[in-house]
Amino acid sequence: MIAFKLAYKNLMGAGLRTLLIVFVLSLAYVLIIYMNGLYQGWDRQARIETIAWEVAQGQYWQDLYDPYDAMTLTDAHATLPASLEESAAKGKAAPILVTQATIYPEGRMMGVMLKGIDTRQKILSLPTDILDPEADEITAIVGTRLAKSAGLETGDYLLIRWRDVHGTFDATEVKIAGMFKTAVPAVDQGQVWISLTKLQQITGMPGQATLVVVDSAPEEGASLSGWEFKGHDFLFKELEEMIRTKTVGGSIFYIIILALALLAVFDTQVLSIFRRQREIGTYIAMGMTRKQVVGIFTVEGGMHAILAVVLGAAYGFPLLLWTQKSGIKMPEGTDDFGMAAAEHMYPYYSVALIIGTIILVMIATTIVSYMPSRKISKMNPNDAIRGKIQ
Amino acid sequence: MIRFKHTIQITAIMMLISGSLWAQPSGKEILDLIDANMSSETRYVKSKMVIHGPRTSRTIESESWSEGVSAFTEYLAPAREKGTKMLKLEDKLWIFSPSTDRTIQISGHMLRQSVMGSDLSYEDMMDDKKLSDVYDAVVVDSETIGNTDCWIVEMTATSEEVAYQMRKLWVDKSRNIPLKEELYAKSGKLLKKTELTNIQQHGSRWYPGKITFKDMLKKGAGTEFIVDEIKFDIEIPEYILSKASLR
Repeated sequence: MIAFKLAYKNLMGAGLRTLLIVFVLSLAYVLIIYMNGLYQGWDRQARIETIAWEVAQGQYWQDLYDPYDAMTLTDAHATLPASLEESAAKGKAAPILVTQATIYPEGRMMGVMLKGIDTRQKILSLPTDILDPEADEITAIVGTRLAKSAGLETGDYLLIRWRDVHGTFDATEVKIAGMFKTAVPAVDQGQVWISLTKLQQITGMPGQATLVVVDSAPEEGASLSGWEFKGHDFLFKELEEMIRTKTVGGSIFYIIILALALLAVFDTQVLSIFRRQREIGTYIAMGMTRKQVVGIFTVEGGMHAILAVVLGAAYGFPLLLWTQKSGIKMPEGTDDFGMAAAEHMYPYYSVALIIGTIILVMIATTIVSYMPSRKISKMNPNDAIRGKIQ
Repeated sequence: MIRFKHTIQITAIMMLISGSLWAQPSGKEILDLIDANMSSETRYVKSKMVIHGPRTSRTIESESWSEGVSAFTEYLAPAREKGTKMLKLEDKLWIFSPSTDRTIQISGHMLRQSVMGSDLSYEDMMDDKKLSDVYDAVVVDSETIGNTDCWIVEMTATSEEVAYQMRKLWVDKSRNIPLKEELYAKSGKLLKKTELTNIQQHGSRWYPGKITFKDMLKKGAGTEFIVDEIKFDIEIPEYILSKASLR
């Protein structure tokens, strides 16, 4: 306890020097929590949106389906297994048929994915109930991104060309029945959604699908012949990697700030030990062990981190709370990379993140405080008390 | 006397009817005549392909040798494409790119991609099936294009595995060469139009000096294929139509 009291008095006595170090350390706290909270919030939001709009609780992929190889699409379709057919009938699964197509908005040629989805599905947030599978004309829904790039409005007719299962060309005009706004570009950019039965009919693939979205993951080991289940682990792998990369990139800022703060603590410790040799000698002469003296100096250095928590909380807490509430506007085109990103990103500061950051900075500060203090254990107390430079 | 006159009139009408019927060949006959005029055992063509984009046009020069279902093309200009070689053997297609020094095989669905940004796909280029093998042809009408009398032949695919379910040909009655072709989607929508102009005589054959391909769904002036030099039934060294020629 005496060590803490001494350390506190010494730090307060140092005045401005202590304040500066504590301020820089508090900046490190706030920045670490802010940056990580931002990426955690992005990850969380992207997951929620992607589950709602694209992947639900997992997807069954037809064996030949590879979303990164559009060439596989012509063969990646099959009749649904009975169990999936049953789930689809109960509204627990939504089959999707995917084929390549070309749209001609205003005479421009654009490659798209023409996707057929069960219009009664409620698993994904896509407004598929707008689609009329019984109508003579084909109705379609598109996302606002595609609508913007193709200059489409609700009610417009869009010329679309595709190939049927035999490779024969077919073309017709589809009516844009509605639009949807989503943070998930994977269901918007270059995607035209029509009724599943219509797509099956015009491509000559009755009862077939490319993938099936389900509302609950199957039990471990449950497999369907010709169809492979892809869970969240697989479907979010890319998102996680992207967030990880971004986190590493973003960490550079707070690593620099933290390094500066730690350097200041280290310098202060070296200077203290150099200038306070008589004090050190006196402590030892009064019966303190070298270890205890090292402890006093280490606690003194480490206390910068404790004071920084208080200062950081004073201005960081309202600041972080504000960013969490109002969100941060993402730059235009962030979602062009293919990642789900809403217009506003809401950081997520978990308790684990805050406690983890405090522990990390405290440990780092204590280590850099301890390193110069080790010199004390090698000091000759007689020389120290006389103030002889050692 | 009157009876004799009637007999002559009836005979004349009969002859006219039968004559006109005889003069209109069947769709299949027209396709056979086209094949006989345009197909040859071997062929060498030096040509230019002018690809009209929305803002600019590009010209690609090439020379190619073909024999039956095999063909070899080497691009001569522009500098960016120079040295690119394309070899088709049966239903396989390889492309050698000098910039990467690699040969890749174009197969399956990649064949549906556009050739160098033109209105033609690799599949269109590779389509060497005889029209009479894949389509049922019916002569539906006659029309004059410019000053040339043409048969209008409607072709409907006999199998489902054909890119275009319906085609329409305007065939020069005297020279047995199509002057215009329209390709339709299953729904009946016009997809592509081809015009063959500058018809020239090469020995006993007639061949177009310029073919214009136009994707009717998109804006633009299409792609022109200009024949600079053409030779029929020439001797092609064996190595040209082999993978050795790609290097």
